[in-house]
Amino acid sequence: MPNNSILLSMKHITKAFPGVKALDDVSLDVKERKIHALVGENGAGKSTLMKVLSGVYPHGTYDGDIFFEGKRCTFSSIRQSEQAGIVIIHQELALSPYLSIAENMFIGDERAKFNIINWDKTREEAMKYMERVGLHENPNLPVNRLGVGKQQMVEIAKALAKHAKLLILDEPTSALNEKDSAHLLEILKELRDKSNIASVLISHKLNEVAAVADSITILRDGKTIETLDVVRSKQGTVSISEERIIKGMVGREITEMFPKRNNPIGDILFEIKDWSVQNPDNPEQKKLDGVNINVRAGEVVGLAGLVGAGRTELAMSVFGRAYGEVITGKTLIEGLEVDISTIPKAIAQGVAYVPEDRKELGLVMIQNVKENTTIAKLKKIAKLSVINEHDENIVAEDFCKRLNTKTPTILQMAGNLSGGNQQKVVLSKWLFTDPRVLILDEPTRGIDVGAKHEIYTIINSLAAQGMACLLISSEMSEIIGMSDRIYVMSEGKITAELPSKIATQEEIMRNILNN
Amino acid sequence: MSGLIAILKKNVRQYMMVLALVVAMVAFGLLTDGIFFRPVNLTNLVLQNSYVLILAVGMLLCTLTGNVDLSVGSVVCFIGALCGVMMVDLQWNPYVAMLIALLVGALVGMWQGFWIAFVNVPPFIATLAGMLVFRGLGQVIMKGQTKAPFPREFQLISSGYIPDPFGGLTIGKIHLHLFTLLIGFLIVVLIVFSEVQKRKKQKQYDFDLLPAGIWLAKVVFIATILVAFTVVFAIYKGFPNILILLGVLVIAYQFVASKTIQGRHIYALGGNRKAAELSGIKVKWVMFWIYTNMAVLAAVAAMVFTARLNSATPKAGQNFEMDAIAACYVGGSAVSGGIGTIIGAVVGGLFIGVLNNGMSIIGISTDWQQAIKGFVLLSAVAFDLYSKSRSSKIA
Repeated sequence: MPNNSILLSMKHITKAFPGVKALDDVSLDVKERKIHALVGENGAGKSTLMKVLSGVYPHGTYDGDIFFEGKRCTFSSIRQSEQAGIVIIHQELALSPYLSIAENMFIGDERAKFNIINWDKTREEAMKYMERVGLHENPNLPVNRLGVGKQQMVEIAKALAKHAKLLILDEPTSALNEKDSAHLLEILKELRDKSNIASVLISHKLNEVAAVADSITILRDGKTIETLDVVRSKQGTVSISEERIIKGMVGREITEMFPKRNNPIGDILFEIKDWSVQNPDNPEQKKLDGVNINVRAGEVVGLAGLVGAGRTELAMSVFGRAYGEVITGKTLIEGLEVDISTIPKAIAQGVAYVPEDRKELGLVMIQNVKENTTIAKLKKIAKLSVINEHDENIVAEDFCKRLNTKTPTILQMAGNLSGGNQQKVVLSKWLFTDPRVLILDEPTRGIDVGAKHEIYTIINSLAAQGMACLLISSEMSEIIGMSDRIYVMSEGKITAELPSKIATQEEIMRNILNN
Repeated sequence: MSGLIAILKKNVRQYMMVLALVVAMVAFGLLTDGIFFRPVNLTNLVLQNSYVLILAVGMLLCTLTGNVDLSVGSVVCFIGALCGVMMVDLQWNPYVAMLIALLVGALVGMWQGFWIAFVNVPPFIATLAGMLVFRGLGQVIMKGQTKAPFPREFQLISSGYIPDPFGGLTIGKIHLHLFTLLIGFLIVVLIVFSEVQKRKKQKQYDFDLLPAGIWLAKVVFIATILVAFTVVFAIYKGFPNILILLGVLVIAYQFVASKTIQGRHIYALGGNRKAAELSGIKVKWVMFWIYTNMAVLAAVAAMVFTARLNSATPKAGQNFEMDAIAACYVGGSAVSGGIGTIIGAVVGGLFIGVLNNGMSIIGISTDWQQAIKGFVLLSAVAFDLYSKSRSSKIA
């Protein structure tokens, strides 16, 4: 062991997916008895790095080396990494809702003899670990009767039961209120000080990071940018400011990636007023709270925010109420209130929504380009319900030409196209409905640089035709480069409206984080 | 040659099934010393399998959504019982009774469609319940008795043959049904014409074309088979009524499935329900109508079956749902939904029917037939999944 104080060392990790390098020569050292924060924008590679570490991506599917407690690791499954003492707690809790706390804690690792579970021992040990995370509940209680904060504690207790030496927490506080978050961070500190358990904390909440982390590693575009050591004075002031972290997170140059747009901007075309939506998973929470936004004809308006801020939920609840319950508010087109409460009505009113997940929501992957192009408004090419094949072929061919979709023929299955071309088919589908309002949700996610540029050019030409475009994106540079105006959203509310001329990435990040 | 292999690989499922059907028929023809191909046997083959084929047409739409309808066998029993009460006990006009039977079928379907589409009961459960409910109700209506005999007009659905306004043609010992010949040749001409049209269009759009030789072979093959069958039927008593009904149903549903908005919506829903919904397809109503339609077709099958037996019995329709489901999957439907054709389901159903019929003639017991059918279903689906996983690996 070269250095006694280093618990985990990931060296020169490179992980490529078809078309994308998710991690590019990333290195990370976590010291014993430390809380190490991992920060970065969405898509910076944090989760991928942790998946490499925990064996979700088995050894051999990435380049680079991992050393844990000085030993070289070649995990090929989560089980192996857990045996070594690395336990990952995912953003979405992995508890079985109808099983008790005790049962959940020992799932896959039951306290049993000859395959028969010893319930007394199970409960007794469960109590022991629950004590260590400050969870005072009956171990027989089903976990769905606990709040999210306490469920998170069950997860940590479960990790302790696996004799974790290193805990990895992926956004552990994103679903928690302030009190529960503070408690969780306190527990992490206690585990560090009393039980010698180190943690890797992935978080977007920089105040938390600054409050508990001993070191901070910043990732950006799949690369390690820097690792900062936090020094705390006796008064609790911290050597690293949030500003400093933000600068590291976003310090990317905006290049000529974004084509210029010079069309005139008209009157307000689309308006959302006082839009509130209840969270269907948690009736006490408002997923969206009094949102007011407008988009002018010929304008591209950006909607910035972190994953979970409610941007997709806003788009989908507006578009035919495809999301949410107890929706209140108004939608207006050209100043008149319109009924777009079902998807067919929304399409008829000229509203189109290009969804975030094109594989799950955008396309029928087993159907061909032609069928995907016309599906949202077949009436246009049909007489008495009978589809005119000739017209359909012409439409599909025409869109392929206009958007430069690269496909052998329009009979190619959508699933066989590259990401960028799939996205063009989704765009074709929605342009075929003759929209006036186009909502684009992460339109360039997971597609390569060349195709991105093409998509931007298409968006520009649509705006130039007088369409109102609402662009949701987690890529800060994209929002700034493409938008005329930017709304910043955080926890279901609009927290700022910025003209893109004065918007900087730091400014937006600040508005996202300090609400 | 390599081009030919590529084409075969691409459409392997489609061609395999038709090929298997032809091979099975030729094999049985040889094994039974030609008994299999006798006009009377081929006519029987159609009659025996007609109700399963009618059910398979409706079932195909269910499988396109990734589901099945387990209740159709029981619905056949229920509607049969209803027909028995109306026509045998109450002596109602058979045409009125048939219309009522169809309407009740529609109501049954709406009942099930309601639970499936609007209450989100999984179709498997809703139709399993229907299977119990309608079998029970059928038996209640019949009070455990068999209803017979049915009026002549009703029996003609299954035992009648189309009339011959031309009086027929006798050549030596053979009497030919002229009208049957005429219809058969007309159909062949239509098919050839539409194939030519299709090829022209494909050329126009630069789509993948079958090489001219293969295309020609395919068209000639189809035409020859159809002509041969027409002649065989014409030698016997002409086309059975039921074959005409079946033909009309298959053509109509194939048309709806492949050429209309409604059909496209069903395929899109089956391929990706969420994407379909976000594209403005009223997925709940689509589900509702699919299950309503299924029960209407079950009512048709019930009448065909009852008319053929000339009696309504409490056991009628048992396992019909399984035969119809098997027909769809043997005929190339994907278990996950979104893939399958009406013609495929019919070919699948015919394949199973040919196996049944051929094995019976050879003298293989029905117990063995059952087991063999099971193996056929399993291997068809396994082959499907295998060829799919291989092609996805290449991509």
